[in-house]
Amino acid sequence: METQKLVVSPAPHVHGSNDTRRMMGDVLIALMPALVVSVLVYGLQPLVVTAFSVACCVLVEWFVQRFMLKGPSTLGDMSAIVTGVLLAFNLPANIPLGLVAIAAVVSIGIGKMTYGGLGKNPFNPALVGRVFLLIAFPVAMTTFPEAAGAVTGATPLAMAKEALKAGVPVSEVMQNVDLGAMSLGMKSGSMGEISVVALLIGFAWLLFRKVISWHIPVCILGTMALFSTITYVIAPEEFMSPLFHLLSGGAVLGAVFMATDYVTSPMTKKGMVIYAVGIGIITMLIRLWGPYPEGMSFAILIMNSVVPLIDKYVRPRRFGAVRTKK
Amino acid sequence: MKTFPIGGIHPSDCKEYSKGAAIEQFPIPATVTIPLSQHIGAPAVACVAKGDKVLVGQVIANAGGFVSSPIHSSVSGTVVAVEPKADAQGNMKPTITIAVEGDEWMESIDRSEAVVKNINLTKEEIIAKVSEMGIVGMGGATFPTHVKLSVPAGKKAECLIINAVECEPYLTADYRVMLEQGDKLIVGARILAKAIGVDKIYIGIENNKPDAIAHLRKLAAVYVEVEIVPLKMRYPQGGEKQLIAAVTGREVPSGGLPIDVGAVVQNVGTALAVYEAVMKNKPLFERVVTVTGSRLASPKNLLVRIGTPMSALIEYCGGMENVGKVVAGGPMMGRAVSNVDAPVTKGTSGVLLIPTEESLRKVEGSCIRCAKCVEACPMGLEPYLLNSLTQLGDYEALEAHYMADCIECGCCTFSCPSYLPLLDWVRIGKAEVMKRIRERAMAKK
Repeated sequence: METQKLVVSPAPHVHGSNDTRRMMGDVLIALMPALVVSVLVYGLQPLVVTAFSVACCVLVEWFVQRFMLKGPSTLGDMSAIVTGVLLAFNLPANIPLGLVAIAAVVSIGIGKMTYGGLGKNPFNPALVGRVFLLIAFPVAMTTFPEAAGAVTGATPLAMAKEALKAGVPVSEVMQNVDLGAMSLGMKSGSMGEISVVALLIGFAWLLFRKVISWHIPVCILGTMALFSTITYVIAPEEFMSPLFHLLSGGAVLGAVFMATDYVTSPMTKKGMVIYAVGIGIITMLIRLWGPYPEGMSFAILIMNSVVPLIDKYVRPRRFGAVRTKK
Repeated sequence: MKTFPIGGIHPSDCKEYSKGAAIEQFPIPATVTIPLSQHIGAPAVACVAKGDKVLVGQVIANAGGFVSSPIHSSVSGTVVAVEPKADAQGNMKPTITIAVEGDEWMESIDRSEAVVKNINLTKEEIIAKVSEMGIVGMGGATFPTHVKLSVPAGKKAECLIINAVECEPYLTADYRVMLEQGDKLIVGARILAKAIGVDKIYIGIENNKPDAIAHLRKLAAVYVEVEIVPLKMRYPQGGEKQLIAAVTGREVPSGGLPIDVGAVVQNVGTALAVYEAVMKNKPLFERVVTVTGSRLASPKNLLVRIGTPMSALIEYCGGMENVGKVVAGGPMMGRAVSNVDAPVTKGTSGVLLIPTEESLRKVEGSCIRCAKCVEACPMGLEPYLLNSLTQLGDYEALEAHYMADCIECGCCTFSCPSYLPLLDWVRIGKAEVMKRIRERAMAKK
């Protein structure tokens, strides 16, 4: 047989279908139902903001990688696109585009590339951008356009918080709330968070494609439900019902798409549960007693900072770990 | 349905290429090159010299110690060289080359077709026979079988598990043996059970081989001690520790051996070889090899004399057209071959031809902490961490993170979406950690 050059490399010689690009693509597909609802509710503006945000994020990542880190382009992994969409989803539909550009620089430039790029950032980049705007430009970040079918321009959470602070009993607040319409997206809020139904369709897709496991979303929402059930049972006229809490604000968007970010969440299932319960508790503490009506973003960022500690102490179950001592 | 407790992956099994091909006797080549080290342990010592005439089944090298195994000639003819030759990876290893003349077998070998079922030998006689006939584990690890059958003092075997999982994609050699020589396989299993003094035999088979399960169930119906255990398909179920856990629910403790939980595991090919050795006096000088690949013209399961060049098998099945990589064994744990003229040995379960466009690895990205490797690891380790710690050279931390438990199954590399060569680094780290553990043990003595 004539000699022929063969490739020699260590095993394994086959690879699974898992691929960063494919998984990012699946996340984008999973976000589409929420984008569609947003367009139905707010008109074309969400599309403009999303496209602009994606363009800014991609541009910032390209710029930093090319001129500052001087490495090969990293755009192929599509993570900048995902960050762009998620950032837009966390903003009001009528946000000035200049602020979107600032948020993109903060998200990708400071939140991700300063640490070395994908996989090295401790905090969820999209949330870093959102929280930066929330603190720097609070008015623009909490003014929402009149949504088709929504009751007022304020988010249900903000409205409830104001009312409860003023001493209005829950039963009266609830007269202005239609939970069914809220779950479909007939409410004010950041453009991607409004339709719980659309987000849950996306969640189902991510589970089906095995991009994420159920642990983080279910444990966050479960913790929030449990927390608000307890407060609701103790004082039903002072605290909103668990269903109201789950359907309002960024609960589902945060639980399914923001907290599950691979880079900034724990590596073990047990760790994920601890992390998720932490997010649920902090979110409820902020919602019920904090200065902001919504606490999901802060809760996720706070728990992001605990992830290295969780990964250090929570280890996977080891095969044959039992009774090794004589 | 039973399976092992943690981790694992589901590679596509790719067995359709060769599963329908009945085992075929491969023509004896003009010369064979038989390596003296085809097993784990000390190499065998040549006992023939250039010019000697040998018969099929004649001893040509004696075991080089207890953990070693003798080598028998696979052909009849004249020894033309006793010298080092390049193995499949290009390393020079001692070999014996024999020019073939006819096919004359030792008279002691029973070549009749009759299946002998009555086991008359004692435990000790069986183990001696297995040792004398050069039987080694044929799943790929090639550990001398007589060593595994010699249960250490203070330990007690409770069951024999026949590894009929063949969880490596593509390979179908064991599957064909089960279908075509199931009766001999079961006698072989009963011989092995007698050797270790147990009266319980499990045969673990994955549920992607329903015909093999049904066939062996029918054959085993007359033996109360033999139980066929269907297993849920999942890689690496054929790993010794995984198989024991899947079948018995017991986990071999970290750093321990199967016998610590009362189990002895033997592969299908080994059981068949033991049958032939004990009942037919036939040494291990031929084995079934799956020659396969997605582009190969005619994938086959071949009964091949040890020492036949792999290139001859490849030529026979369709040639090297558009082949970029040749693997001895399966795609998950097999070794890439640089020298296709190297011989088939006792451990060669398959020759896999990978098309050019699939033979190069993809460009690695960065770790995105997706935890897929942690999820996939069947030993419950953290491959991403072992990868970084090896690159940092922090061997103490590596040891503390149970590096020594790694079975090198490749699930981590297989499942990494960023194409990181996790197992490459892990192997480097593991080698250093094992060296340190050995050195400490030596220092203590």
